Amino acid sequence: MIRHLLSGADLDAATATQILDTAAEMATVAGREVKKLPALRGRTVVNLFYEDSTRTRISFEAAAKRLSADVINFSAKGSSVTKGESLKDTALTLQAMGADAVVVRHPASGAPHRLANWVDGSVVNAGDGTHEHPTQALLDAYTMRSRLGRLAGLHVAIVGDVLHSRVARSNVLLLSTLGAKVTLVGPPTLIPVDISAALAPGTDVSYDLDTVLPGVDVVMMLRVQRERMGDSYFPSAREYARRYGLDGPRLRRLPEHAIVMHPGPMNRGMEITPEVADSPRSTIVEQVANGVSVRMAVLYLLLGGNNL
Amino acid sequence: MACPPAAPSSPPRQPSVKVILAATDVSRVVDRIAHQILEKTQGAADTVLLGIPTRGAPLAKRLAARISTFEDVAVPVGVLDITLYRDDLRRHATRAIGPTQLPPGGIDGKRVVLVDDVLFSGRTVRAALDALNDLGRPASVQLAVLVDRGHRQLPIRADYVGKNIPTSLAESVKVTLAETDGLDEVKLYGGTPS
Repeated sequence: MIRHLLSGADLDAATATQILDTAAEMATVAGREVKKLPALRGRTVVNLFYEDSTRTRISFEAAAKRLSADVINFSAKGSSVTKGESLKDTALTLQAMGADAVVVRHPASGAPHRLANWVDGSVVNAGDGTHEHPTQALLDAYTMRSRLGRLAGLHVAIVGDVLHSRVARSNVLLLSTLGAKVTLVGPPTLIPVDISAALAPGTDVSYDLDTVLPGVDVVMMLRVQRERMGDSYFPSAREYARRYGLDGPRLRRLPEHAIVMHPGPMNRGMEITPEVADSPRSTIVEQVANGVSVRMAVLYLLLGGNNL
Repeated sequence: MACPPAAPSSPPRQPSVKVILAATDVSRVVDRIAHQILEKTQGAADTVLLGIPTRGAPLAKRLAARISTFEDVAVPVGVLDITLYRDDLRRHATRAIGPTQLPPGGIDGKRVVLVDDVLFSGRTVRAALDALNDLGRPASVQLAVLVDRGHRQLPIRADYVGKNIPTSLAESVKVTLAETDGLDEVKLYGGTPS
C-alpha cells in the first residue's frame, strides 16, 4: 500500500480499485446502529486547512471519527499562521504532537508534497492550489461506478474551468488509470494547451459542449473559480452560462442513462441551472455521502496496518 | 499403527501431513452440527447463522441448507467480516476488508450462531463478538466450529464442535472447502512425525 496520497497518479488500477471496494464496505457502516468502527483507535488525524472548505473538511473529519481516530482540526485562520509561522514549522509542531496522518489543503500547488518530506506520518492531499484533489477524484469514480456499474469504457465530459481545477486534473489521471475516456470541455482560455500530453494520453479536448453531450455517460460540471481569476478569461458570466452552462435543454440532449456530477460548491445559474442540479440525474448530494466512505477507505488503507 | 517401509529416496525433513477429515467425513460432521443446532435450539426458530470469512461463510450456508433439509425451516444466513475488529490489525500490513452481510431480519433479539472453520486462540471469536456488538443486540450468541484445535488464549468455548483435534503449537490445521478451495478436507501439518 502507498504511504501518502498526494496525486491521482499515485494510484495504479489495482490500488484504486481496492480503495473503491473498501469504500463500498465502509458505506454499509452509515446504515448501522453504531456508525463506528474501531480500526483507527488511538491514531491521530490532523486536518490542516489553509483554505476554506466545507464539505472536504467535514467529510474527512466524519471519516476519521467513524474509524475511531482522534481528530485535530487546524484552520489557518485563528492559528499561529497569521503570526507568520511557516508551513514547515507548523509541520514540525504536528510531528511533535504525534500526528499519524495529516490531511492538508493549501493554496500553493505542491504544498502536500513538501509536507510529506517533513512529517513521519501519512500525508493526504485534500486539494493543493490548482494542482490536485485525489480524494475528490476517488469519490467521483466511486459515484460513477455505483450509478453506472462500471468505469472501464465510460465516456466522461469534464466541463468548465479546467485551468484552475484540481478536481479536473485528479479526475483525468484517475479515470484514465481506471479505463474511462475523458473529454475536457470549456472555453479555450480555460483549458491548458497540451493538457492531454501532460496528464494522460487519450484525453480529448473540445470547445463545444453541445457536440459532446449526446455521446457521454457522465458530465461533470466544474465550478468557475472566480477567486482564482480576473475577468479576462471570458467576456461575461452570461455568455459563459449560455455556451458552457448545463441547463434543462442540454440535460435532455444527454443519453438517457447519463448522470450529472458537480464537486461543489455550485454557482447555481452559472455553470449549472437549479433545474439540473436538483434533477434525479444529478449525483451532487450522493457525491457528498460517498465522500465520507471513500475517505474512510483511504484513511484505513493508509493507517490501518503497520505500513508506516 | 501401521508403519509402511520408508522409501529410501524420500527427501529429508519433509513436513508431515495427516488428513484428519476427508470429504465424506466433512459432510458427515456438517450434518451432525446441523442436527445439534436443531436439537439445542429446539427447531432453530429465531436463529441466524453468521459465517466468519473466509471459510466460515460457506460453512454457514451448508449448515442452513442441511437444517432446511432435515426440518424444513429456513434459517437466515449472513456473513460477518471481523477484519476491522482484529486485535492484531496494526501488527500487519493493511488487510483488505471483506463484506459483512446481515440477513434482512437483522440480528436484534435473535439467537446468533457464529460459524468458523477452526477454533484456535479464540481471538477471532472475540473480534466477532465485538463486531456483533456494533451491529445490534442478539438475544444470545453461540459458536459452531468445524475443528477445535485447542490452545485458547481467551475464555471462549464452542457450543458445537465438528472435531476436536489435539495439536501442539508447532502444528497447523488447514481446512479446505469445495466452495473456496475446490476440495473438502481437514489436514494437520508439521509437528512430530507419527
